[in-house]
Amino acid sequence: MFSPTRRKVLKALLFGGTAIAAPSALYAAEYGRGEGMPWSPFRGQPPYHGTLEASFFTPAERATVAAICARLIPNDDGPGATEADVVTFLDRQMAGFYGRGQHWYMQGPFLEGTATQGYQSEHPPAQLYRHALVALDVYCRNTYEAGFAELSEDRQDAVLKGLDEEEITFAKVSAKTFFDLILKNTIEGFFADPIYGGNRDMVAWRYIGFPGTRYDYRDFVGHDGARIQLEPVSLMGRSGWNSP
Amino acid sequence: MAKQLPGVDVVLVGFGWTGAIYAEKLTNAGLDVLALERGPWRDTTKDFATTFAQDELRYYWRHGMFQEASQSTVTFRNNSAQTALPMRSWGSFLPGNGVGGSGVHWNGQTYRFLPSDFVAKSHNEERYGPLPEGMTVQDYGVTYEELEPHFDYFEKICGICGKAGNLKGDIVAGGNPFEGPRSDEYPNPPMEMTFSQDRFEAAARNVGLNPFPVPSANMSRAYVNPLGLQLAPCTYCGFCEKHGCGNYSKSSPQTTIIPALMKRPNFALRTDSEVLSIEKSADGSRTTGVTYVDTSGESFFQPAEIVVLCAYPLENTRLMLLSQIGKPYDPRSGEGVVGKNYCYQVMSGATVFFDKEYTNSFVGAGALGMAVDDYNGDNFDHSGLGFIGGGYIACYTTNARPIESHPVPEGVPGWGSDWKQAVQANFLKTASVGVHGASMAHRSNYLDLDPTYTDRHGRPLLRMTFDFTLNDRRLSAHLTPVAEEIARGMGGREVVVGERKGSYDSVPYQTTHNTGGTIMGTDPQTSVCNRYCQSWDLPNLFVAGAGLFPQNAGYNPTDTVGALAYWSVDAIINTYLGQPGPLVQT
Repeated sequence: MFSPTRRKVLKALLFGGTAIAAPSALYAAEYGRGEGMPWSPFRGQPPYHGTLEASFFTPAERATVAAICARLIPNDDGPGATEADVVTFLDRQMAGFYGRGQHWYMQGPFLEGTATQGYQSEHPPAQLYRHALVALDVYCRNTYEAGFAELSEDRQDAVLKGLDEEEITFAKVSAKTFFDLILKNTIEGFFADPIYGGNRDMVAWRYIGFPGTRYDYRDFVGHDGARIQLEPVSLMGRSGWNSP
Repeated sequence: MAKQLPGVDVVLVGFGWTGAIYAEKLTNAGLDVLALERGPWRDTTKDFATTFAQDELRYYWRHGMFQEASQSTVTFRNNSAQTALPMRSWGSFLPGNGVGGSGVHWNGQTYRFLPSDFVAKSHNEERYGPLPEGMTVQDYGVTYEELEPHFDYFEKICGICGKAGNLKGDIVAGGNPFEGPRSDEYPNPPMEMTFSQDRFEAAARNVGLNPFPVPSANMSRAYVNPLGLQLAPCTYCGFCEKHGCGNYSKSSPQTTIIPALMKRPNFALRTDSEVLSIEKSADGSRTTGVTYVDTSGESFFQPAEIVVLCAYPLENTRLMLLSQIGKPYDPRSGEGVVGKNYCYQVMSGATVFFDKEYTNSFVGAGALGMAVDDYNGDNFDHSGLGFIGGGYIACYTTNARPIESHPVPEGVPGWGSDWKQAVQANFLKTASVGVHGASMAHRSNYLDLDPTYTDRHGRPLLRMTFDFTLNDRRLSAHLTPVAEEIARGMGGREVVVGERKGSYDSVPYQTTHNTGGTIMGTDPQTSVCNRYCQSWDLPNLFVAGAGLFPQNAGYNPTDTVGALAYWSVDAIINTYLGQPGPLVQT
């Protein structure tokens, strides 16, 4: 951790200088003391989460998740979750800090709460997916003698509706919690910046007319209700710019 | 055993808006000031530069700059018959973390509370008779007139963009005619409005209301503040709330105070340093400093002559409870003060779906809006209505960040083809009219320490017991139809009303306006701090922030938080330093 003032403060202490001591060399940073705003090269924190290739799902899990996403956001009058490669987004998210619930409060006891108390599963997102996907597979094989990914679209929709409306329940985890989470994550993957693996080639942004990560619309404030059509831009630019 | 450090004049616990305000004024007065911040250093170039600031997943959905729930969260229940459970991931509100605190990722809507809001109990009782049983609304102990110069100064520090509606008692066309008298015009003109605000303004006028531009901390032009710091014109990028501004266009501690402060030799900031408790002298008559822990787990005792709590209201309350300062509030007896009068905000609204016109909401800014105040505070007659208080009604165009903002008309399912096509058909064609309702204190809504769940240091989490009250529901039921009426006059195809129904739900984001718990007032039996934000129990302990609000008004809190901090620090410099002791005799 960078601290421009520490060396000076420590030196001052050694020679009986200022009253304030920097307590610990490495674990807290001290700023100020008249030195102005700290700055040094390479301290910027560009995006990193999920940008790396990473995988959590087994091939079978990935196929089921892809099939679920394809029904939540279908390809109809425009690209859906499949074209946006949402499953890759989900795979990377589950393999990272989000899937592990690393930033969540995951201490017990775990009790079933009211709806207003939110997520109370003892499983972080990735483990919830894993348990739910096993239970979903069992349900589909018992009911239709095939895995979810092999079912017709109508049957897939019926199963998802059953999860959503709590007509289908699982023994070990809440089917509804899983459904709500995968729907939320699928929408995230469809609309997030392409650096995270979904919204490939900004298909979702183009579909709805969102210009992406542009940062200056001053010329458009007085649009007065007329449509503003702009090619989208992502954090890594635009495909036209990046072509060899 | 905590390692003892050399003493300082003042230690600030937390370094967001109020920490920066106290530090700037107290160092200017010659004191040696140390700020302790739990989170990391943050600044524009490092943490939210224009090349990557507009990342919705990272900053909002993955909580890039918020407190991590794994470090500390709150437990929540709707009423005391339930078992509170931890908010495992933030939802309804998003406490900040790191230098600048929530001041980094706010929208910038900067309203003053009304004069009557500061005397809510006496004003309403005088006009409407005694408050109902269970309503614990109180007066602040400080008046709007006393705070006015401090509102004015904070607005100049921030460069707020707006139009005065009441200049020294003269009502000025184009501003908010209901506001308290202002000593000066806003330092900058209002932002340039878009289509949605134009439609709202016309519709509001049509029904006899008085629309005015929302006072904005997003700059309408370049500005240099009284500390010599420069802000740049807002570019309407639509990434304000939940995001930092890469353009130096949003007032924040980083853009308006910290760079000046960092040049002063008598100021120091220690980051990654989490205060665990406020220490007391052996006789319990004063604080001696604070104990904090760094990221290695090593703990330190930092002695100080004055301690100011500048963390988020929820953490300030928890620190006082953990440190056993002040009597904890007991909802059964109504006695005790710490944790009392927790309040929130009662939000509702209406969404307009246009057919031919495009609202292009991606051209937006956090405080880009027009509002009416005709139904706020006591600006209207409440006789026979069965509630007090009110809220502003506003049409903001803050963003079209698509994970968060993809409204669909009524009757559309939540997924599948019908949903997807409805999202596409309406994405560029919606406007919202929101009600920003007050939250009045009630005996049954409070904060205390959780008996079961602890943080990573083994200390109890804060427990929140909260639900909307009868006053909240009546207020919302009265104001939401007004918003609907304006929305229907905006010329859209369809209006969908979002009423405030059912119990408070901690999951969907509503607003990060958590108030109370360390309230100020006129009586040590009913408040934690006196009118100068000084602890009744320990005269060298001061408290900042919205935790001071005895109840929450129908406005965003930041302007009043800023004014109270300047008012309090003024009392420290002009009175307390000359004669350290209680500023109000009991």
